[in-house]
Amino acid sequence: MADVLNALVLIANFIIVPGFAYGSQLALGALGVTLVFGVLRFSNIAHGETMALGAMFTMLISWWLQSMGIGLGPLPTALLALPFGIAASMCLCLITDRAVYRYYRRVKASPVIYIIVSVGVMFIYNGLVRFIVGPADRVMVDGQRFIMKAKDFKTATGLDEGLAIKTSQAVSVVCAVIAVAMLFWFLNRTRTGKSMRAYSNNEDLALLSGINPERVVLITWLLAAALATVAGTLYGIDKSFQPFVYMQLLLPIFAAAIVGGFGNPLGAIAGGFVIAFSELVVTFAYKRVVAYLLPESLEPAGLVQLLSTDYKIAVSFTILVIVLLIKPTGLFAQRTT
Amino acid sequence: MIQSQRTIMLFVGMATLLALVGIGQGWDVALLLVNMCIISAIMALGVNIQWGYAGLFSIGSMGFAALGGLAGVIISAKPVPGAWQAGGLGVIGGLLSALITIVLGIFVWRRLAHLGRWRYWITGVIVLAGFIIMRSLMGPAITAIEKIDPAAAGYLGGMGLPILLSWAVGGIFAAAAAWVVGKVSLGLRADYLAIATLGISEIIIFILKFENWLTRGVKNVTGLPRPVPYEVDMIASPAFQGFATAIGTNAIAAASIIVKLCYAGLFSAVLVLVLYLSEVALRSPWGRMMRAIRDNETAAAAMGKNVTARHLQVFILGSAVVGIAGAMLTTLDGQFTPTSYQPLRFTFLIWVMVIIGGSGNNLGAVLGGFVIWFFWIEAEPVGLWLIELITSGMAQNSPLRAHLLDSAAYMRLLTMGLLLLLVLRFAPRGLIPEVKR
Amino acid sequence: MSFLIGENMTCGYGGADILHSCSVGVDPGEIAVVVGPNGAGKSTAMKAMFGMLHLGEGRVMLDGTDISQLKPQERVLHGMGFVPQNNNVFTSMTVEENLEMGAFIRRDDISGTMAQVFDLFPVLKDKRRQPAGELSGGQRQQVAVGRALMTQPRILMLDEPTAGVSPIVMDELFDRIIQVAQTGIAILMVEQNAKQALNIADKGFVLVQGRNAYTDTGAALLADPEVRRAFLGG
Repeated sequence: MADVLNALVLIANFIIVPGFAYGSQLALGALGVTLVFGVLRFSNIAHGETMALGAMFTMLISWWLQSMGIGLGPLPTALLALPFGIAASMCLCLITDRAVYRYYRRVKASPVIYIIVSVGVMFIYNGLVRFIVGPADRVMVDGQRFIMKAKDFKTATGLDEGLAIKTSQAVSVVCAVIAVAMLFWFLNRTRTGKSMRAYSNNEDLALLSGINPERVVLITWLLAAALATVAGTLYGIDKSFQPFVYMQLLLPIFAAAIVGGFGNPLGAIAGGFVIAFSELVVTFAYKRVVAYLLPESLEPAGLVQLLSTDYKIAVSFTILVIVLLIKPTGLFAQRTT
Repeated sequence: MIQSQRTIMLFVGMATLLALVGIGQGWDVALLLVNMCIISAIMALGVNIQWGYAGLFSIGSMGFAALGGLAGVIISAKPVPGAWQAGGLGVIGGLLSALITIVLGIFVWRRLAHLGRWRYWITGVIVLAGFIIMRSLMGPAITAIEKIDPAAAGYLGGMGLPILLSWAVGGIFAAAAAWVVGKVSLGLRADYLAIATLGISEIIIFILKFENWLTRGVKNVTGLPRPVPYEVDMIASPAFQGFATAIGTNAIAAASIIVKLCYAGLFSAVLVLVLYLSEVALRSPWGRMMRAIRDNETAAAAMGKNVTARHLQVFILGSAVVGIAGAMLTTLDGQFTPTSYQPLRFTFLIWVMVIIGGSGNNLGAVLGGFVIWFFWIEAEPVGLWLIELITSGMAQNSPLRAHLLDSAAYMRLLTMGLLLLLVLRFAPRGLIPEVKR
Repeated sequence: MSFLIGENMTCGYGGADILHSCSVGVDPGEIAVVVGPNGAGKSTAMKAMFGMLHLGEGRVMLDGTDISQLKPQERVLHGMGFVPQNNNVFTSMTVEENLEMGAFIRRDDISGTMAQVFDLFPVLKDKRRQPAGELSGGQRQQVAVGRALMTQPRILMLDEPTAGVSPIVMDELFDRIIQVAQTGIAILMVEQNAKQALNIADKGFVLVQGRNAYTDTGAALLADPEVRRAFLGG
């Protein structure tokens, strides 16, 4: 019995807990991508860099707060700085929209032109981040590192395996739940949110109903900036802030959005968790789990790992390819016919 | 005629800029710049074939260029004695079983459509089993290979053939990868090709970085043979020393310049060949059809053109050209460094070249390759100089000044982005616009 | 002079003109129907009157004022409602949300109007929480008409409301449209099913190649042997 419990704790510690944290971060990122896609109808290549910028703003403000001696006790100071970071990246997104994207809406450019334009924006954001804070790896988290330490868990339960929950992991999940709840409340309960869904669903009819497209676009950028900042900050607190990482996150985020069906917010959340858990399940070494479950004589020699962790990016790509082959509209596609 | 005059003016201007570098920073630097410019131009040509001819948006040049580099290693690196005996069979067996798994998986998937939900499970089990077989075959083989002289080898090694051969092989590697990606993502929304190519190129880089048995990974493969003479040999030859004195320079400087000139000659030959073939293709009925498809996919499809198949064709061709350029780059470097492949540099910068040069115009892509690479390299000293100028009023030990000077290198990212956006907005047809035929 | 009138409209898409000096008009409480063979410019006339096409010549008058320069959204504010032929509901949104979006430009309480729409189309009340994309063709058309009614328009324009629905559903839809007209709203619609449409029409416009061929009351057009032979299949 204890062996089974130990095996379960192992899985909880290395797959379930980090999966929920990472999945929350991906889901928030994919939500931003899917909202922009739903309203502006293009894949925003600059979204990863928007996350980096948002996280950077938050980090700079949290440094300032720390220097003033203001903090949240056990929680990371970055949480206190988050609203300011969101505001800063909202400003930036609005300026970008005014200066860059608005023109292409006026000339009704094709989606592919938008993607190229977003490449230009990506370059600029990328340069901005590196120009302001440099390319170095920085620790964003402070306060209490763990909610539950592995050692405490072991002494409390008497098991051999420990279950550790980092503060940043819990913060990720809680923040994501709050952000998603607020987003869905906005989309489903407010007039403006509904008009956004209407515009995303049927642009012509929305225009006929007197919905102002510029206003919808504006709100979309505000939401995308907020979601990107929260996602980027949570990832930064959970791992660390490295400017180049956010471009590598682009693939899992897009994969999550496509799995969920582009333009479908609920699907994006599901997609985020599908990608996160697949990555962890496929790259986890099950040797010790198997050792607990099987008699000693059958103990495996290898790591019992499907794919080395180096290749976790291949997991999101494989899922992406499978979805494109089987159901390009996404596994959680809305009925729109 | 106005357009052709403009084209000539632009190229003359570019040549002048390079000459100025030659005078200011030395001809050695200028020639290195020229060589890199040519390689960039060929990559831009490859992307232009996809974008300018067919309107395909791929952001995977990095991966295809890296595959070209891999070809350089496989073709030309010195063979590692004993490596094939140690693990060759296992590796080949593993790769074969992977291939069989994929083919079998697709076959079963197609044939079992009537089974409904079971089809997913059966295919899944086949793929998983095949994967495990592959891992179990390759695992010990890889360990054995990596044990052989890890400091100097530790990988399968190459074939020791002339590196020029790898240029063609690099093209083939890239074409094969492009076929797979294209099969999956063409015919869907434009966004999907972009994302799929972004993904495959990242994965290729990860494989090259982590599969030590294939590429030595982050330990790099160095000392790839050259297609041109070595400086040391030249300097050692008395005839060459005499020649150097005769033209009034020293042997070391002359040798370095001649080596670079040889590379420039080889690269130019490829550039001219690719450019010529691209132009011929563009003017042929095939090129006309491609443009017809690009300008109105629906109409072309209604006229019985298989749009997806044509797109696949053009996507493969363009990727192959990028692969050739990738092999050339490895040849110039004389080594293969997986970590040097950055998407900003190898994918997105190429896009800037194509857009700024003039999408749909091959000469434009070539010019874009030259201009953008030139500024990418020269922006660093210029940016540093600019920032020094701006901050010259500040105190010498001002932290802001120090920070700005440190960050000067990232100015060029900003500049490239700004340049791209400005051109897209105010001159979307680029420096040398596409000729309307 | 009618309440809403498109006078001598000449316009088209890009190159050639489709309408040639065509006039269509309707008064409050009246049903006006535009019929004619395929490609006669029926839908084009509707789009021109709603401002979705730029008029080359002619003008659109509403209640005595020239509205030719107004955008479609502005015409909605002036009391015009439009039901397009295709994609006329928000498929991913519930019936209730569709109606709410119809009333987007209104700032006052819309619950009264919504109740009226539910009275008119009782089936929608039962399905108010269901996404419009899951409804049948006829029910969707009801949602589309209901959406347009939410702005309390003085004029309701319908582009082929019965396209693709069964005859029974068509009859019911026409009954509802008569009911709407009886509340004093002017109704202008384009119809493929000319005979049935002229049956309920106060006014009929027969268009041929973008020109007014016949204009009369619905009953008179139905009785006209020439119209019957050429357009109503005997």
